[in-house]
Amino acid sequence: MSGQVRDRQIHRLDRVVIRFAGDSGDGMQLTGEQFTSETAAFGNDLSTLPDFPAEIRAPAGTPAGVSGFQLHFSDHDILTPGDAPNMLVAMNPAALKSNLKDLPAGADLVVNTDAFTSANLKKAGYSSDPLTDGTLDGYRVHRVPLSSMTIDAVNALESSTGTVNKKEAERAKNMFALGLMSWLYQRPTDGVVAFLEKKFAKRPEIAAANIAALRAGYNYGETTEAFAVVYEVAPARMKPGRYRRVSGNLALSYGLIAAAELTGLPLFLGSYPITPASDILHELSRHKRFGIRTFQAEDEIAGVGAALGASFGGSLGVTTTSGPGLALKTETIGLAVTLELPLLVVDIQRGGPSTGLPTKTEQADLSMAVHGRNGEAPLPVIAPRSPADCFDAAIEAARLATKYRTPVILLSDGYLANGSEPWLLPDRADLPDLRVTFTTGPNHTGDNGPEFWPYLRDNETLARPWAVPGTPGLEHRIGGLEKADGSGGISYDPANHDRMVRLRQAKIDGIARDIPALDVDDPSGQARVLVLGWGSTYGPIAAACRRVRANGLQVAHAHLRHLFPFPENTGDVVRAYDRILVPEMNLGQLRAMIRAEFLVDAIGYNQVRGLPFKAAELAGVLEDVIKQ
Amino acid sequence: MTVTTNQTGITNRLLDLIPAASQPQTRKDYTSDQEVRWCPGCGDYAILATVQGFLPELGIARENIAFISGIGCSSRFPYYLKTYGMHSIHGRAPAIATGLAVSRPDLSVWVVTGDGDALSIGGNHLLHALRRNVNIKILMFNNRIYGLTKGQYSPTSEVGKITKSTPYGSLDRPYNPISLVLGAEASFVARSIDSERAHLTSVLRAAATHPGSAFVEIFQNCNIFNDGAFDTLKDRSSKDDATLRLVHGEPLVFGVERDKGIRRAPGGELEVCAATDDGVLVHDAHAAEPGLAFELSRLTGDSAGVTPIGVFRDIDLPTYDEQLNGQISDARARQGEGDLIQLLGSGDTWTVS
Repeated sequence: MSGQVRDRQIHRLDRVVIRFAGDSGDGMQLTGEQFTSETAAFGNDLSTLPDFPAEIRAPAGTPAGVSGFQLHFSDHDILTPGDAPNMLVAMNPAALKSNLKDLPAGADLVVNTDAFTSANLKKAGYSSDPLTDGTLDGYRVHRVPLSSMTIDAVNALESSTGTVNKKEAERAKNMFALGLMSWLYQRPTDGVVAFLEKKFAKRPEIAAANIAALRAGYNYGETTEAFAVVYEVAPARMKPGRYRRVSGNLALSYGLIAAAELTGLPLFLGSYPITPASDILHELSRHKRFGIRTFQAEDEIAGVGAALGASFGGSLGVTTTSGPGLALKTETIGLAVTLELPLLVVDIQRGGPSTGLPTKTEQADLSMAVHGRNGEAPLPVIAPRSPADCFDAAIEAARLATKYRTPVILLSDGYLANGSEPWLLPDRADLPDLRVTFTTGPNHTGDNGPEFWPYLRDNETLARPWAVPGTPGLEHRIGGLEKADGSGGISYDPANHDRMVRLRQAKIDGIARDIPALDVDDPSGQARVLVLGWGSTYGPIAAACRRVRANGLQVAHAHLRHLFPFPENTGDVVRAYDRILVPEMNLGQLRAMIRAEFLVDAIGYNQVRGLPFKAAELAGVLEDVIKQ
Repeated sequence: MTVTTNQTGITNRLLDLIPAASQPQTRKDYTSDQEVRWCPGCGDYAILATVQGFLPELGIARENIAFISGIGCSSRFPYYLKTYGMHSIHGRAPAIATGLAVSRPDLSVWVVTGDGDALSIGGNHLLHALRRNVNIKILMFNNRIYGLTKGQYSPTSEVGKITKSTPYGSLDRPYNPISLVLGAEASFVARSIDSERAHLTSVLRAAATHPGSAFVEIFQNCNIFNDGAFDTLKDRSSKDDATLRLVHGEPLVFGVERDKGIRRAPGGELEVCAATDDGVLVHDAHAAEPGLAFELSRLTGDSAGVTPIGVFRDIDLPTYDEQLNGQISDARARQGEGDLIQLLGSGDTWTVS
């Protein structure tokens, strides 16, 4: 408590977690996105977690149709979208019912009282009104008639641009809520106004209605006494530079575009729509001026097939998908392994098996990525650790694919894909040079003079030459049948097959020498317990480690980007600690690999709830392990 | 670059994108060093010889030709051609060829497939490649049997086929491949016979000349598992009565004495008549609607006592490749080349100092 604004006390907070929740049609994702943009513009560090149903319009007013958006923002660097909200905005009874369990006692709660009709209460499954039956005791409840005040505000417009009907006016209530929250947390709203004017440029009366609602919400906070305090979260001290906010799927799209430029290869995306990967197809299809070819195929198999065909022709072939699609692409990925052509396979993991939980996150495709092909078919598997890191992970995937002439699987997930964070924009000079050289001449002298042998390998990388169609004199045929070592002709020779299987494995194993060592975060150097994670659990694990250390305990954290092959020092790292804890959003897939590879007694902490780990919960687990 | 060594005047706006051969080629230029391993007597040998004989007349650089195949006896084809080639996986060749053709307009891309590969496991890819009018030439060898897996019935086998997997006779009705691909909006549809070298060459020429996807069904004899399937169409004594040679702009007349014709019956369906009868139809492969082509595809030995061969349909439509690459060049003309750093910094940014 340190100051006043217009008779209000100002509470200075170091961090806030706010969640907007409403019906799928209430515009909660847009509201959250805009609040996030305000927050980014203000200079806080932030992390977001959208949470929405798979149905486009689930039955209105029911818990199944509730859509939520959580934002964690702070005056210091943060790692997760937050465990539990300090503020819940509930647009209707169903949103309250679905989200109240996550709200700690004493937290702020804004409810749209207009929506608490008997019909809506019934749809939400309330037998009595939670606003009056004591359900909300212990929370700081702010009862706001959001719908009616929005309609009043819009009706008061003397608009020269035309008027909107009552239904359209009521739909602007999310902007009222956004205005109110913007006031409460002292966020700038200019960007939202500009956004609304652009978004509704063709319907200026809708823009005017939304802006009126936004301002009414802001003014409501300022002029009524419903809120005794306002909150202030100072800008974070972040590394100097230019930032933007980025979601994982956007960063991944940009990473692919960058990879094409860095390798000097045209980008070809073959893809089939699937949640939560489709946004990459959408994004890449917008950037034709970069020479990007996007191909929405008839199915997942054609998507990867076309990408492989483009790779054969000298493009950077990419396919994007989620778990069920990866299953369908399996045979083509195996073909890419034996053709030894570069191919990027991006899997935005979601809850499985089968259709599973399309809009929820999970890490349960690791075993499939590493092992899921017929025959001995090794390939590199890598995973980003945060939304912005998807950019670098895409470039690293392209580096390995082109240098080693191999398909690479990149495992992102639903949390990274839709979550967002500030991203320090890279300089062009910081990006690696990945230029690819195609083979243009013979590489072998045979009985009849110079020849091209498509499977004559580089001594160091064991990669084969990449000669693309159109290169005179190097005409050659490749295929799924086993090839003779060197010449690449069809071979059924037992010894040759044994040699080729081992060569393909050795090529991929050798990548371990060409990737950064596994870095261990152990500030005191005294830790006896190592937490080993991979992928999107980085934020919660790192946040949990901070909490544990703040409580005076020691813990080490290592996070794998390269899941196959592991960095060379991985064995040394895991053997250096008394206990290894592997938290995963699966039932222990990395843990099984670590145990099998290094014969250490790694233990797991596993959740498959479709949501990221909570830092506090993980910290508790860690402390238990440390104290055992 | 315009084709300069073209021996037959074959050209179209897409062929013109492919570099020309620097000197005249012969069949030998297209013969690879691989030992051909089809069964002795297989119809594939004749098709291979015809293709090897035809490619030189295209006059394009050999290194700019790619053959993509799936799985099956026919799909060994690329190994025996001295072009770029990929022997891929079962049914997926049209998809793989699509990616190659779309990203490399300077290549002539061919797909070699069979009735099982194209119509069974890969049916979906075939239909969509044709619907999109991707600039690939699909040669489907139809022997009406699974050869490589040693003799199971295929999607073009006749009902009641006794095979290892159908000892009591096959139950499912076969596809008519020509009818099927016409329904898939194919812009070029033709049929020929393995042993008809001159006819097959003319069909290949027409396919190569066609801008966009081309589907060519080639009746091919499997002398091991389905010998004689097309004997009536091939036998010297019966073939002129059993086949109707489609020629655009020519009357639909056939027979040893060229005494039979095709006309529309009072009910509207096609029927065989005397060549001198009124109403003998004239073939129109360039008709915008595929109605006549479809009706002709329904004529079979069983239904009419005659099987049409030749080009059923050949219409000029925009190709997927041209349009996709056109979107790119348009965007570049309008907005300039993409700038990576500018893109990364697009949207709302802020600076921390």
